[in-house]
Amino acid sequence: MTQTNTAPQQSLTQKLANPTRFMQLSGTLMPWLAGAAAALILYALYLAFFVAPEDYQQGQTVKIMFIHVPAAWLGMMGYALIAISSFGYLVFRHPLADVSAKAAAPLGAAFTFLALATGSLWGKPMWGTYWVWDARLTSMLILLFLYFGLMALRSAIDDEALAGKLCAVLGLVGVTILPIIKFSVDWWNTLHQPASVIRMDGPTIHPDLLWPLIVSALGFSLLFFALHMKGMRNEILRRRLRALTMAEVDRARGVSAPAAAE
Amino acid sequence: MSGFWTLLKRDLLLQVREGGAVGTALGFYLIVVAMMPLGLGPDLNLLSRIAPGVLWIALLLAALLSLPRIFEADDEDGSLEVIATGDLPLELATAAKALAHWISTGIPLALLAPVLGLLLNLELSAYPVLVATMLVGTPAISFLGLVGAALTLRARRGGLLLALLVLPLYIPTLIFGIAAISAATGGPSGFQASFLILGAISLFSLVIGPVAAAAAIRFQTQ
Repeated sequence: MTQTNTAPQQSLTQKLANPTRFMQLSGTLMPWLAGAAAALILYALYLAFFVAPEDYQQGQTVKIMFIHVPAAWLGMMGYALIAISSFGYLVFRHPLADVSAKAAAPLGAAFTFLALATGSLWGKPMWGTYWVWDARLTSMLILLFLYFGLMALRSAIDDEALAGKLCAVLGLVGVTILPIIKFSVDWWNTLHQPASVIRMDGPTIHPDLLWPLIVSALGFSLLFFALHMKGMRNEILRRRLRALTMAEVDRARGVSAPAAAE
Repeated sequence: MSGFWTLLKRDLLLQVREGGAVGTALGFYLIVVAMMPLGLGPDLNLLSRIAPGVLWIALLLAALLSLPRIFEADDEDGSLEVIATGDLPLELATAAKALAHWISTGIPLALLAPVLGLLLNLELSAYPVLVATMLVGTPAISFLGLVGAALTLRARRGGLLLALLVLPLYIPTLIFGIAAISAATGGPSGFQASFLILGAISLFSLVIGPVAAAAAIRFQTQ
């Protein structure tokens, strides 16, 4: 775990990639990140409930959007993070990339589930049904299955290093789902509305609703990164503990081996 | 390339002489389709409406059952290590194994489908389209399944895990396979678009499958 990097010239990513330095840096960064996330989310909730106007067609239900849209974005971003980490692990063989991919999977799954759940609560008053087999909904459901598959594969293989590598391969294969989700509403004429925030000709959503949405998205992104960082820290500590335990076992075995031989 | 053809021929010969493997998949396909009218009731109109979907889903399940066999036997007797360290690039070797799986399982299943269509009162006009979409779509099933088979080679409860990993990857194939059939039998969307996308999915998996499977095998045999 603790590498002695004495090389005089290191790039920034190389410096950050040292697990010990990562632990120090993330330890100081953690409270600020979590605090900023909490403050932004509270402010976004205030904006959503007291400032943002009702939609003239949807009424109060439009406020589900302030949770639904950031959750959907983060559900997809979580997978992008896994794919980037997988690439980093397979190509540069860096253990921290594997830690990042492992920590991101349950988070991404949680946000994807949140997006599906809030979407279905929103769908009931608007579309008259909790679920339709629409392209966007179906592709988000596939994304959730991919997260489940990644977590199941990792838990099914005893050798942790091998599990990490195989999950990285699966992570990269599954990344093809991201463009399908993003463009599903443009390619197929479906019930789910097309993109209204991130598009070439500027957002088509009214500024009074857009501003709280941006605050909320920022707050939830910070929450995601705070949780991800916490997850990575936990995983690094767990691996160190495991390494220490194994060393202790080896030491005990070394002591008792001659006794057993007698 | 001669190694590729040798490996392909060996795998196909093994499939034939070993016996049972292809027959089991076909038998499974038959029994799953035969269960449908028993569960849903013998209403012929209903059956003819859902026939393409039932035939496709049962085909996916039948193919899924045969996937672990792609690498299992070779891993047990150690020949997988020989293949992995041999002259032939592992990507080509895994491609040969997937191709053998497609020839020995995908094609027979696709050819059996119209016979089973009779049981489900499938419209006559849908038969050629059904076989065409299945022949174009089944390579994706073999080559994406190859990735799953390679990933779960050494995993605990590999078979169950394989289904969880691979079925989500099959969803696009299923969607466009069904869309093409329903378009040809008077649906709203165009037949050509769905059929071409189905072909695109197969070609895409032809590229990504062997590479990902080779990476997974390499990690497990080194």
